[in-house]
Amino acid sequence: MNNSVPTSDPVIEIRGVTRRFGSKRALDDVTLCLPRGIVFGLVGENGAGKTTLIKHVLGLLRPQSGSVRVFGLDPVANPKPVLGKIGYLSENRDLPGWMRVDELLRYTQSFYPSWDPAYAEELRSEFSLEPAARVKELSRGETARAGLLLALAHRPALLVLDEPSSGLDPVVRRDILEAIIRTVADEGRTILFSSHLLEEVERVSDQLAMMHNGKLVLCGPLDDIKRSHRRLLLRFDAPLPRPPRLDGAISITGAGQEWSVICNGAGDVAAAAARLGGTVVSEHAPSLDEIFVAHAAKKGVL
Amino acid sequence: MHLRISSNDGVPIYQQIVNQVKYLVACGRLAPGEEVPPIRVLAERLLVNPNTVARAYLELEREGIVLKRHGSGTYISDAGSPLARKERLKILAERADALLTEAHHLDIGLDDLIDLLKQRQKHLNQAKHE
Repeated sequence: MNNSVPTSDPVIEIRGVTRRFGSKRALDDVTLCLPRGIVFGLVGENGAGKTTLIKHVLGLLRPQSGSVRVFGLDPVANPKPVLGKIGYLSENRDLPGWMRVDELLRYTQSFYPSWDPAYAEELRSEFSLEPAARVKELSRGETARAGLLLALAHRPALLVLDEPSSGLDPVVRRDILEAIIRTVADEGRTILFSSHLLEEVERVSDQLAMMHNGKLVLCGPLDDIKRSHRRLLLRFDAPLPRPPRLDGAISITGAGQEWSVICNGAGDVAAAAARLGGTVVSEHAPSLDEIFVAHAAKKGVL
Repeated sequence: MHLRISSNDGVPIYQQIVNQVKYLVACGRLAPGEEVPPIRVLAERLLVNPNTVARAYLELEREGIVLKRHGSGTYISDAGSPLARKERLKILAERADALLTEAHHLDIGLDDLIDLLKQRQKHLNQAKHE
């Protein structure tokens, strides 16, 4: 656990990374930095660029422009020292189906000098995985648990989880979140995890990055993001035929005399509204979901 | 200590923990001297980041709601906390606002509402003694 501002070198440092697939910009000038010891949540809808970003962290993709450093190293040029310190759970959880669970553990162990057999066994029994079970016969939830076990058992300094709970029932989702929470409590461990489920990201993250169409639209400590965003309900003297133009507004919805605005810092918007004959009827903190939708909508409209 | 974390409102999770612990203290469901769960235990139970629970406890400590005893855990501080009455009134103020709004919409005046409150109080007292 770590309440102080981490002062050590960042675990992940991504600067100005752009990646195109054909004409599509999967990553558009992405810059972000993960200090040691935090849980970093990466959110965005499918196709926003989350997995592409994670592949750059793992050195599976070379940045077309910009740079990626993990533990201070270029992961493409130094796969061994970098990947040896990363535990990775992929979205597809592609495990060799013909192996038995105990064979899978022995097989994976051989790749990692830091593999902790006692811890692996503890996780295996906690996750109720039968040693003799064939991987291909495991349920979805069991497969997810097996994947998580493999990611955790070598006690990695960085845990990367790509959509760890997508398509899982609430019981297995809970297992995964519990494992994340227990892992954070271990001194100095850093977690990068992506999800489109804002609720779980909000529960476990210290910091958050929101991706939309390959761009980082929001990045920072979760509490700061929640504290700085406001939802204002505005009432105007006369009905407006179209949404008012308010500087600082992220999204504006409504009709007639009443308009609802999501903004980052309320002061400017209230002043801009006042100039158009609007007054603030109410103000409250929006949910993370509302903030996300507002940012996603902004890019589409403007 | 039963807490519920909701992601549907904009209140930060650490603040939700602070508010609910205060509420439990104010209504007597957490007694002075009672121990609150260790940070890790509560974090796992609520499925939230341990740093968030740590922050909530720090805030509660700062406000004098809980006390940290060295090496032994975190406890609800003794009764007579200067905030207790203020907090209790604050909780009630929100309920009172809601009640007054409802009464207004139903066209019930303040005097009638006060009479109703007294009548319900009597009813509750009778129920308690039966």
